Amino acid sequence: MSYKLSTQETTQLFAKLMEKYDVYAPKRFKNEGPYSDTDIIKYAKIASLDEVEWNEKSDYPMKEVLSPIQQAIFYFTEDEFRASKGKTRPMLIFARPCDINAMKVQARIYAGNGGFVDMYYARMAELAKYILMPCNGGDDTCFCVSMGTNTTDNYAVAVKPTEDGMLFEVKDEDLAAYFADAAAAEFAPEFVTENELEAHIPDIPDREVLNKLKEHEVWKQFNGRCISCGACTIACSTCTCFTTRDVIYGDNPEVGERRRVAASCQIADFAKVAGGGDYRTTAGDRMRYKMLHKFHDYDARFHEGHMCVGCGRCTSRCPEFISVTVTLDKMNAAVEEIKKELGK
Amino acid sequence: MTNYVQPTACEILNVKQETDIEWTFRIATDIKPNHGQFLELSIPQIGECPISVSEQGDGWLEFTIRNVGKVTDVIFQKRAGDHLFLRGPYGRGWPVDQLKDKHVFVIAGGTGVSPVRSTLNFCYKNPGYVKSMNLVCGFKNSESVLFENDLANWKEAFDNTWYCLDNEEKEGFHKGFVTGIVKDLPLKEAGDDYAVLVVGPPGMMKFTGLELIKNGFDENKIWMSFERKMSCAIGKCGHCRIDEVYVCLEGPVFPYTVARELVD
Repeated sequence: MSYKLSTQETTQLFAKLMEKYDVYAPKRFKNEGPYSDTDIIKYAKIASLDEVEWNEKSDYPMKEVLSPIQQAIFYFTEDEFRASKGKTRPMLIFARPCDINAMKVQARIYAGNGGFVDMYYARMAELAKYILMPCNGGDDTCFCVSMGTNTTDNYAVAVKPTEDGMLFEVKDEDLAAYFADAAAAEFAPEFVTENELEAHIPDIPDREVLNKLKEHEVWKQFNGRCISCGACTIACSTCTCFTTRDVIYGDNPEVGERRRVAASCQIADFAKVAGGGDYRTTAGDRMRYKMLHKFHDYDARFHEGHMCVGCGRCTSRCPEFISVTVTLDKMNAAVEEIKKELGK
Repeated sequence: MTNYVQPTACEILNVKQETDIEWTFRIATDIKPNHGQFLELSIPQIGECPISVSEQGDGWLEFTIRNVGKVTDVIFQKRAGDHLFLRGPYGRGWPVDQLKDKHVFVIAGGTGVSPVRSTLNFCYKNPGYVKSMNLVCGFKNSESVLFENDLANWKEAFDNTWYCLDNEEKEGFHKGFVTGIVKDLPLKEAGDDYAVLVVGPPGMMKFTGLELIKNGFDENKIWMSFERKMSCAIGKCGHCRIDEVYVCLEGPVFPYTVARELVD
């Protein structure tokens, strides 16, 4: 069912919702950006709808609400390990289709891969419902249409702000109760059908081509350009990698916590084993590893489409102006060259 | 909801110094891993690391640990009566069922002898399980030789044993790499009915694989065990992924035809 509420009714509705739910949304943090006089937009718990950034894409992805950059997974005292208890209040999260589709990837890895459901992810995902917010087509780094992630039906409510209020499509039964007295309206969410950018995904037909592509010269240029800072993977909607880190409180080494901290395959030592054995020791090797995961390996494992959702945040955040879509074009050229060489 | 990363405190029963930097810890637990599987060992304040099971018995497991990292540094301060935290077992181990009534070749290098030690001892304690056992073990030098008692037992019981030191002459040992022994392995006597297990440092496994193929071994009858960095061991943290494969889930033991194609 769809409804229209006035500005005042919308404010009242969210005040009521916030009694039960924690509401998260992309929020602008003034002058907290990486450069002088720049802002940062990231997900945060909001106390009022005025805090929602409706127009501009968030610099950091929605996944941070469910799988934070760092979280305590255990507290330890002497020889006891106690799992952290985590959140109990349900959440409503404002999100666009790219970020909602990225949750399928997060779930595929955290709650499916290898038959193990990760408790820390699952207990957060269970509490989450999504409020689909309109997307105006994004910016010049977006390519959701190329990745097929421009639409979604995985939302509890879709909303659209208007001049004098807000339009709602309510799919979730629990939330429908909040609209008992609301005026019905014609409204269905609209999805972006075209981006400024188009991504061309390389067709890697077999392992022979894949392994030739790994050895290709194309990756070497990143040895000079990529500074292995990991900004792209922190900004990525779908990256899930983490490291476990123990932290001691103050000056008492018997008390502390075990944390899960986001890790990046772009940073040296990501694959280094304790004995000193290391893999992917150049920035080019690591770029190749990331690109192939997003546009080949993930699909080769799960057969459900590519990992990347085309949010373009990696391109936006890169301090060296490395564009994911331009890198894809370079991969394409390399793959075509390899296929020709092999007569495929 | 099951918390798959919850560690449990287990008592250390015994610590045996194999070499200066490699010690074997016997730990009390009822966990029954398959041969070649690994567990995550952890120390609060320091962290976790994946370690292969090097031997198992009723109510205990042994881990042969090389002191090379932060976690292992602290583990080496532990003694009998202290506690270590365990979780697991994880991954796929050696295809022990498929070794039954076959001629078996095992080629192991350095600390790589640990992940295959329980399989070797299983064959040692069950004479007749395999048709023949041909074992090649290589170490850097006489100071890095592990499991001396086992080596002596295996030499006595197995059909053929070759013990090698990379660059040292010593009685009872061949001088040189394990790859140099491959051409002497009795493949003809094994006919079609054999299996080969390889484990050791990455370079040793790569060149042993190439040498085996060069000497006529069937690529479909070879298995290799990998070592990779891991944070979770349950397919979430991403550190051990190679292509579409997670070493913690599909490995650490892989058929050679899979292992050969995995490029980190």
